[in-house]
Amino acid sequence: MLKIKGLHKSYPIGDSSLHVLKGIDLQVEEGEMVAIMGSSGSGKSTLLNIIGMLDEADEGEYILDGLPIENLNEKKAAVYRNKFLGFIFQSFNLINYKNALENVALPLYYQGMKRKERQEKALFHLGKVGLADWAQHLPKELSGGQNQRVAIARALAANPKLLLADEPTGALDTKTSHEIMAFIQQLNDEGKTILMVTHEEDIASMCKRIVRLRDGVIMEDAKVEQIRAEQYV
Amino acid sequence: MFDLDLWREIFQSINKNRTRSLLSGFTVTFAILLFAILFGISNGLQNTFEEAFKDDATNSIFIHSGTTTKAHKGLQAGRRIRFKNKDFDYVKEEFGDNIQFITARIYRNTPASFKNEQNTYDLRAVHPDHQFLEKTKLKEGRYINQNDINNKTKVVVIGRLVEEDLFLKTKALGKYLNLSGVQYKVVGIFTDDGGDTEERKIYTPVSTAQRLYGNNDYIDQISLTYNPEMNYDKAIAFGNQLTKSLKDRFSVAKNDQRAIRIRNMAEASKNVNQFSFVLGIIIFVIGFGTLIAGVVGISNIMIFIVKERTKEIGIRKALGASPRSIVSIILIESIIITAIAGYMGLLIGVGVLEWAGPALKPYFIKDPSVSTSLVIGATITIIIAGGIAGYFPAKRASKIKPIVALRND
Repeated sequence: MLKIKGLHKSYPIGDSSLHVLKGIDLQVEEGEMVAIMGSSGSGKSTLLNIIGMLDEADEGEYILDGLPIENLNEKKAAVYRNKFLGFIFQSFNLINYKNALENVALPLYYQGMKRKERQEKALFHLGKVGLADWAQHLPKELSGGQNQRVAIARALAANPKLLLADEPTGALDTKTSHEIMAFIQQLNDEGKTILMVTHEEDIASMCKRIVRLRDGVIMEDAKVEQIRAEQYV
Repeated sequence: MFDLDLWREIFQSINKNRTRSLLSGFTVTFAILLFAILFGISNGLQNTFEEAFKDDATNSIFIHSGTTTKAHKGLQAGRRIRFKNKDFDYVKEEFGDNIQFITARIYRNTPASFKNEQNTYDLRAVHPDHQFLEKTKLKEGRYINQNDINNKTKVVVIGRLVEEDLFLKTKALGKYLNLSGVQYKVVGIFTDDGGDTEERKIYTPVSTAQRLYGNNDYIDQISLTYNPEMNYDKAIAFGNQLTKSLKDRFSVAKNDQRAIRIRNMAEASKNVNQFSFVLGIIIFVIGFGTLIAGVVGISNIMIFIVKERTKEIGIRKALGASPRSIVSIILIESIIITAIAGYMGLLIGVGVLEWAGPALKPYFIKDPSVSTSLVIGATITIIIAGGIAGYFPAKRASKIKPIVALRND
């Protein structure tokens, strides 16, 4: 599903440069649910961004679903992101002047889907996260947990191969965090491959595999017994 | 471009971000409004000047005679100078190359009557060329012609208001008008842009008047227009030459200001022209400055808008928006706002000119208005400038890595 080999990334800081990723090798199979952990500055977000084609690696190989991701120009990256990837962000990143339904429908718009079809599909996904009744509400009229559910619905709408979540519970209280995690686990149960960055141990333990990063290298990569989030809800 | 969804996206963005849209539109509206008003006022000033000269040909020279004030060549002061037909012929022959139209004028004030209606009018005895000098417009019939001059026919051409006064609702053409007891045939009716006084005049052949009023060959005034191909300086020189030769002819001292007086419109025209030219430059500079201010304003706002939308752009890109769609959504939005705002400015500007126009007449501003093409041109300039100003930030925004844009919160 996902294959990364010898990935390097550094950021220029003034005259010198900061070497963030120092040769990452990672392989993720279909249906996995992986947590990438590490303290801040360990390079975990950078890794996720490169996987998400939001950022480019300086060096290394990246193959997504058999497709080598290289020499990306903006246009190609946009098409790949749209087709293969769904994003869930810590700060939700919904467009504030669009209602829930329109936000969910946006990736479908960029797929070139017809308006009516788009709205039906968006409503279906909103229903899946339990927000069908809130379709016409703006993000500011929804709670944090609801917003994150809208964002999840948006990530799912385009039916991506890989779901990327960057601290999806970072802005939420514990109870809401567990609700969101329950959703994500449910998606994984349905067969979605999920990659998640987090620094919270209890959230990571709800995944099936934990990859620990420190100073740009993988320290530990182990499968774990998944803790189900439903029991806390 | 005809992607309905794209337009829906744009109109939603405009509608949901009203303050932003209104602010950027306001700059453009204001610039176009000022532009329209400025040009309207300058046009109004120009109209006033044009009207002041509309009555008579702008290349006219009027020659009057008076009484000498200085003794010269053994002749005493106080001598009355009167032009005669031979003086008219002299001017015509001597300066023929420089003259376009020429006519003599004799003034009389005469009672006129038709049936029971009667009134007193200015009678002007003239040559056929007078029609062009005075810019007389014939409504019906004909003007005085050379045949009338040769045969001293008793014909008159009357003003529109003379016909109205005396002939009431009936047609004057072909009827006979009684001027101090002599019957004249009405051969033409005219109108004149010079106003009511001009339209209460009666024209008759110069030769007819000379025979009927004293049987002499005196002329009160010689009017002519100089060859329009001459520029102002040449025309002024021609006027001076004319003065000199006539003063010589009548043995008038060079510095005698009253004996022979020449009024040369070239002098006034030259001044007016220079004034209009300077006024034009001032207006052009101010108008251009207004436009530039508008362009700078819309450019700033575009940069601000792109900055404000950086995060939204990042989200859209993360969801699969191509750089092109980012640029087009921002550009088309700005073009729509500037176009609508520019049109509003145009409407308000034209409205203000319409509304304030009549009140401005005492300030030498008549019918202030702007040509639509000029204002549309200005609006298009601002739209293009706004487009260019928006294009570069939009292009840069479309190139921002989504991760950089998303971090920006």
